[in-house]
Amino acid sequence: MGVISGNLPLYLQGFGTTLFLLLITTVIALPLGVVIAAMRISPIASLRTSAAVYTEVLRNTPLTLVFFFEAFVLPKLGTRLDFEVGAIVALTLYTAPFFAEAIRSGINSVPVGQAEAARSIGLGFTQTVMLVVLPQAIRSVIPPLVNVIIALTKNTSVASGFFVFTLVSAGQRLASANGDQVIAVLVGVAVFYVIITIPLGRFADWFEKRVAVTR
Amino acid sequence: MGQPAQTDSLLVIERVNKHFGALHVLKEVSLRVAPGEVVVVIGPSGSGKSTLCRAINRLETIDDGTITIDGAEIPSEGAGLATLRADVGMVFQSFNLFAHLTVLENVTLGPIKVRKLSKAAAEERALVLLNRVGVANQAQKHPAQLSGGQQQRVAIARALAMEPKLMLFDEPTSALDPEMINEVLDVMIGLAKDGMTMIVVTHEMGFARKAAHRVVFMADGEIVEDTTPSEFFDRPNSPRAKEFLSKILTG
Ligand SMILES: Nc1ncnc2c1ncn2[C@@H]1O[C@H](COP(=O)(O)OP(=O)(O)OP(=O)(O)O)[C@@H](O)[C@H]1O
Ligand SMILES: [Mg+2]
Repeated sequence: MGVISGNLPLYLQGFGTTLFLLLITTVIALPLGVVIAAMRISPIASLRTSAAVYTEVLRNTPLTLVFFFEAFVLPKLGTRLDFEVGAIVALTLYTAPFFAEAIRSGINSVPVGQAEAARSIGLGFTQTVMLVVLPQAIRSVIPPLVNVIIALTKNTSVASGFFVFTLVSAGQRLASANGDQVIAVLVGVAVFYVIITIPLGRFADWFEKRVAVTR
Repeated sequence: MGQPAQTDSLLVIERVNKHFGALHVLKEVSLRVAPGEVVVVIGPSGSGKSTLCRAINRLETIDDGTITIDGAEIPSEGAGLATLRADVGMVFQSFNLFAHLTVLENVTLGPIKVRKLSKAAAEERALVLLNRVGVANQAQKHPAQLSGGQQQRVAIARALAMEPKLMLFDEPTSALDPEMINEVLDVMIGLAKDGMTMIVVTHEMGFARKAAHRVVFMADGEIVEDTTPSEFFDRPNSPRAKEFLSKILTG
């Protein structure tokens, strides 16, 4: 295990990048997911269709392909993104539809009568969604949202194939430098992932229980 | 109850048609309601009563015809539509109180967000209304903690808080246990006495006789009779109304 403590700075560098990608992507993709979910229930047909198409395309595309697209197609079109920015864009494009679907299933769990009552007192579409539907959808939406964030945590590793130094990149570099201690190196990588994902899972469990009590 | 003074109609429905797919649910429906008038809509299941109510505040679109409230035709979308809905109170069979809000918040949400009242002013008025419907002592509870009758009275207060020109009730007592029906009907009778314009879908004959100026009988998407409560219940004209009444009377 000495290989872990001896290389803590490198691990922490990778961990920092992974955490950074995770946070920035969540902060951008979550509001984007709300917008996509709102488009999918909006009264305007063209918004519904474009949101549905976007969701279906991105949800059914491997994340690596999104990265490849950015790395090879965008430069041909004359645009070149910084590697980290590119990773954030790819992860955001890919993750937003998953957030949107989690939010949409939560919205669907709210009885239609709630939205009808909101409209009947004169609330507009946005007010109805923000004041009546979403606050009730949140209860059933938090656990699936956390699952999306956990998946995103692991998905950040794809960025290491595209010149971003994540936890996995730290693991790769240490493994090739310490061929006799590969297992310890990889366990170290896993531990750092778990440091992120286990609290998230715990939070989802806690939230589910709390809601079960107050409902 | 005597007919209110005949003035310009508050609600004018003219030759409205509505289809659900191939099903013709409203057929050339026309109806005028004067300010202060209480109209009971009655008819067999599936005759289009709910659809008519929902069309009046455009929870349901119509295929053709016009619906005019206080001289203005219902806009099809946007801010104008929201304003119209704010002017038309709706009480649902299943109450539809906002489950995540307290009773008080249910009643103040519209006044604060739509009428732009201050929170304090909205709460003050809400308490007056909750008092009027007899549930002021439940103001801090959530809807799920109330009985059905209490929830429906809160729903009436929520609609009244918008100071609507017209109130729609779609079978407001059908989901209630029998012992709670009267507490809701009493509130509605009080409203009628105070001059509120009301359209009430209900099979409660007692309410119709006590509070309604007119009874509109619908069958198969058409208005078949439009007359006074005593005429309708004692001397129905059409065979369909006779058949319907004999069914609900023999239960
Ligand atoms: N959203 C909908 N989609 C398709 N058909 C519908 C829809 N809503 C109502 N209908 C149909 O339209 C007809 C009229 O329905 P409506 O609810 O207006 O009747 P109602 O007179 O209120 O009946 P009830 O006494 O059972 O409430 C019925 O045949 C019903 O099945
Ligand atoms: Mg009905």
